[in-house]
Amino acid sequence: MAADASTAPIMPSAPNSGRASSLQRLARRRSTIAVLMTTPLLVVLIGLVAYPAGYGIYLSTLNRRMTGFMEAEWLPHGLGNFEILFESETFWAVAWQSCIFAITAVILKALVGFWLAHMLHHIPSKGQRKWRGMLLVPWVIPPALSTLGWWWMFDPAYSSINWLFQVFGIPAVPWLGEKWWARLSIIIVNVWYGAPFFMIMYLAALKSVPEQLYEAAAIDGATSWQRLRYVTLPMMANIISITVLFSLIVTFANYDIVRVLTNGGPRDLTHVFASYAFQVGILSGNIPRGAAVSLFMFPILAICAFFVLRGVTRRNKEQM
Amino acid sequence: MSATAAANRDMPSLYGKAGSLRSERRWALIWAYISLIFSAIILLTPPVYMLITSLKTSAEIADQKGNPWIVRNPTLDNYWELITNSLFQGFFINSVIVTVVVVALTMVISILAAFALARMRFWGSQVLATGVFLTYLVPDTLLFIPLYQIVGGLGLLNSIWGLVLVYPTLTVPFCTWIMIGYFASIPKELDEAALIDGATWPQMLLKIFVPVALPGIIAATIFAFTVSWAAFVYPTAFITTPDQMPLTIGVVSQLVRGDVFVWGQITAGALLAALPPVIVYAFLMDYYIAGLTAGATKG
Repeated sequence: MAADASTAPIMPSAPNSGRASSLQRLARRRSTIAVLMTTPLLVVLIGLVAYPAGYGIYLSTLNRRMTGFMEAEWLPHGLGNFEILFESETFWAVAWQSCIFAITAVILKALVGFWLAHMLHHIPSKGQRKWRGMLLVPWVIPPALSTLGWWWMFDPAYSSINWLFQVFGIPAVPWLGEKWWARLSIIIVNVWYGAPFFMIMYLAALKSVPEQLYEAAAIDGATSWQRLRYVTLPMMANIISITVLFSLIVTFANYDIVRVLTNGGPRDLTHVFASYAFQVGILSGNIPRGAAVSLFMFPILAICAFFVLRGVTRRNKEQM
Repeated sequence: MSATAAANRDMPSLYGKAGSLRSERRWALIWAYISLIFSAIILLTPPVYMLITSLKTSAEIADQKGNPWIVRNPTLDNYWELITNSLFQGFFINSVIVTVVVVALTMVISILAAFALARMRFWGSQVLATGVFLTYLVPDTLLFIPLYQIVGGLGLLNSIWGLVLVYPTLTVPFCTWIMIGYFASIPKELDEAALIDGATWPQMLLKIFVPVALPGIIAATIFAFTVSWAAFVYPTAFITTPDQMPLTIGVVSQLVRGDVFVWGQITAGALLAALPPVIVYAFLMDYYIAGLTAGATKG
């Protein structure tokens, strides 16, 4: 049907030569056309991703002026930047903070997102669209800009959150002034921004669980907890792991929230890898060491990427 | 769920158990609404508070006595000052130029590549498709230092064209990936029919694939638009002169200066800058969400 409709506009422009020969010619030219069509993509992937990645590794081995390799004492020649980082207390604090931040934020986002998706799935489908639209707003606003609003709500002198706390008799909180409160503030903003994304992913997954499974479980006398544990979670396992790993990558490499909210302070205690690399590499002008810092993100990102890819391939096979 | 609930309502006295099930369901529903209202309040508070602040005068913001959550003398001065400020207009124009060029480039690159990868099996096409997905997982914070050197070497630091050069790394992999998914879902009979009728490959792409996969193209375009509009790492690293700044970094770095924060203007600027993606979202929500979920469910 659809094919018939599409033939009409194409027919007049077909060459007059016989069908067989034109098919042969197409087959011959097919690979050439394919290569031509993928060339721009290859330019982007190789020129702007693969080459910079390799160049970043090379940069990390240079000395500050980039005149030669960075000498090292106990690591092999050229790894001096890594040696200095390993011996620096600030760097280890950054590494810990990155892990604490990423893991806590992702777990909270996953839990809040799952809860929201579940609540949304419960209400009649007519109202779902409206609620979904409203709850996704934090994800739509560019995070650098919404973080400005949070910064203003956390402001030491004018904090509107503290004002509300005071109404309920809760003592004022030094949101960005004290180490653990500042770390918590960053996590709060990240969860606020990312939880709606989890909600959308989980809601799509919840809708794809066949209703018959729940009916069968109900007939077998399953409680609502058992339905969640033995029907919903196994059916959603793959999408949950893909979303969590994907979010782990993005959260681990987060930059804008830290930059706007605390800029690494107080006393460099809220820096994550990305913001520390920025501080060292661009602001202090030590490009090679900055490159070395950002390279530390690579191993964990590579592990996550491997499992995301595996999950996605498995999912595609299931759907086929 | 609603169907069974309705069935229960029709015969409430028939089974004793059905009544308890019904009241359990009603409580679940009430609980769901309470949770949703509670979370909606928390999720919408920051933007609403930004709106409240942006409507206040500087004097009212500085006044610590009253309730910060209400506006006593609403004014649009903050917005008016920004709209008539030539620096802010410059940010806006820069953002528009960068976004439009990047979105156009992205869509051309990814539609061409996705068509080739989805339909013309050639040597290495599987590897390349996997590579596309892997590069989507490479975050910008891993690459900005080497790219800083590369862009600097090309003399494009402090220029919006440097941004146009590097933004495709954020947009092209994902857009190509979801376009491969949409193109792959088009039935093969369609292109076979076209081939028999003597259509060339470009004709097939333009007259069959693009129209049929239009929802996917819209979703990918929205994604490319929001990503380029909200990009933050690259402009912060590459741009230091105000006249070349796009909106995000312009609002963050130029309105927040020194020790005096003009919070009314900052929040007004942030809201104005966030407006285009929010408008797109409001009108094309279904495509937006399709694009969000496509990464894991298509391809």
